[in-house]
Amino acid sequence: MSTQTAAAVSPGVRSLFAHLPPVATFGPFIALALACTFFAFQSDRFLAGQNFSLILQQVMVVGVVAIGQTLVILTAGIDLSCGMIMALGSIVMTKFAVDLGMNPYLAILCGLLVCVAFGFLNGSLITYVRLPPFIVTLGTLNIAFAITQIYSKSQTVAGLPDAMLFFGNTFKIADTSVTYGTVLMLLMYLGAWVVLRETAPGRHVYALGNNPEAARLMGIPARRMLVVIYTIAGLIYGIAALLLVARTNVGDPQAGQTDNLESITAVVLGGTSLFGGRGMILGTLIGALIIGVIRNGLTLMGVPSVYQILITGILVILAVATDQMSRRKA
Amino acid sequence: MKPNRLVLLSLLMCTAAFAYAQQPIVGLITKTDTNPFFVKMKQGAEAAAKADGAKLMSAAGKFDGDNAGQMTAIENMVTAGAKAILITPSDTKAIVPSIKKARGAGVLVIALDTPTDPQDATDALFATDNFKAGVLIGQYAKAAMAGKKAKIATLDLAPGITVGQLRHDGFLKGFGIKEGDPMIVCSQDTQGDRAKGQTAMENCLQKAPDINVVYTINEPAAAGAYQALKAAGKEKSVLIVSVDGGCEGVRNIQAGVIGATSQQYPLKMAQLGVDAGVAYAKTGKKVSGYTDTGVTLITDKPMKGVDSKDTKFGLSACWG
Repeated sequence: MSTQTAAAVSPGVRSLFAHLPPVATFGPFIALALACTFFAFQSDRFLAGQNFSLILQQVMVVGVVAIGQTLVILTAGIDLSCGMIMALGSIVMTKFAVDLGMNPYLAILCGLLVCVAFGFLNGSLITYVRLPPFIVTLGTLNIAFAITQIYSKSQTVAGLPDAMLFFGNTFKIADTSVTYGTVLMLLMYLGAWVVLRETAPGRHVYALGNNPEAARLMGIPARRMLVVIYTIAGLIYGIAALLLVARTNVGDPQAGQTDNLESITAVVLGGTSLFGGRGMILGTLIGALIIGVIRNGLTLMGVPSVYQILITGILVILAVATDQMSRRKA
Repeated sequence: MKPNRLVLLSLLMCTAAFAYAQQPIVGLITKTDTNPFFVKMKQGAEAAAKADGAKLMSAAGKFDGDNAGQMTAIENMVTAGAKAILITPSDTKAIVPSIKKARGAGVLVIALDTPTDPQDATDALFATDNFKAGVLIGQYAKAAMAGKKAKIATLDLAPGITVGQLRHDGFLKGFGIKEGDPMIVCSQDTQGDRAKGQTAMENCLQKAPDINVVYTINEPAAAGAYQALKAAGKEKSVLIVSVDGGCEGVRNIQAGVIGATSQQYPLKMAQLGVDAGVAYAKTGKKVSGYTDTGVTLITDKPMKGVDSKDTKFGLSACWG
């Protein structure tokens, strides 16, 4: 981390940031609140329970992928293969159920296992062969993608058993239909939050990202933990695959191609640093919601899609700049 | 090795090399090699090359818009001795200098599916008239609405991509309206992706729950839109039209998911391209100009005044 950047920022701005409470903590939430307020005034269809339920469904898949991505980024790594692993998992589970007539739960398990295997592959290559995460996951992204195309012959898989579509089903809270999948996503975030905050292994994840050498000297089994983290991320992508299948009703081999960048965007918007060691898992949820809210709100306003991309880009720069400056705070 | 055996071996190798060298080389460069449309195009090209006794070299960009990858592929193929190159240009302007160089080296360059900008930068163009494809489904939608007030949603591709723009504009022309007409209540990009199509349709429905016509850039986006309509209980009251005519899309017409689609013929593009390339390699005869490889409206609910064929034909002629 260069000191040049710090020196380039004027002393006035720096002292301003020094006096604020951790901006990284409240920033994303404030951004989300501001966006919601703005859209509520722009369209009377925005502030409706049904609309929010819709937004949750739309961010559900990337939201879950982003949980795995957050874990990886907290260790100062990155996972570019997340979307492709998810797509492969979805093809495996759907083809096993439809083509091989396998019991749907068993098919789902097989899909999850394939994703876990890829996660383990990522972790092992990064840890034991000591390759940079960017390069490794770039490689596995292509491998997973190719296997998906070859196995599925680039055809979507339809006619899925009901058991596989469970997470797309809804139940009613007052007048709003809520999807089981979104409930699962929220529970996973809650679980991840508790583990990262309250348990020793959770704290160790931060330690690994902050200073791997110090972590190792502290007795944290750094190499083993790293493999486990990437493997767990793989499992999380597998769960995202199940949610994707439930939402879209098919196994789609072309799915997930932009999920790596979208999940990283959610992580960054949520205030987690790409340099590792700090950030909140709940921030990622907020980051994912910000993307969904902007997309939904701008559509309700009739604004062309290209502006969604513009605004997202601006927010990403703001988020990273805020993170950098609050690191200078000390 | 004994001298006469050595001579025999050299003779054999020379003959093999000679025969191999006599095989004309045709190159095919697609935008990507993952989109089933281009996969089918490549298969068609391979079959045509085999039938014509030519060797096919193929390459693709890494993603839609990968101009650098296509430039490299052109250079490699020219060096490797390709006499003709067929290309679906990712960036219709930026690829022109590379094509000019290849043509300057005596290589016949034919654009498939998407014209370069300017169109005459290539020797010839074999493509679907994407504008016409849009017009056909626009005319169909207008006829299907039968005078009812239409509330139209357009699920488009992405900013700046010619194919998406042509189909969109064609649809509007066929329907008889201009951009900005109040009948168009929602326009969102989908990148031709199923899940993104679903999200775009959901948000559009939230904005205007009474949408009754949906134009989609391709069949995966249409399938995603249908999923959203089904979740809202509206799938029976909304007409979805699309472009492509892939086998999966035609099956979706049979299933009542898509109302009508404009079918295009990537196999034909590839076949014509390879045939033209081999003819040039063997006789030096150049092909030129634009050859419309055809577009057919496929639907099981034909409308008066709009020519169409049914899904039986669609399935026999589909790709993917």
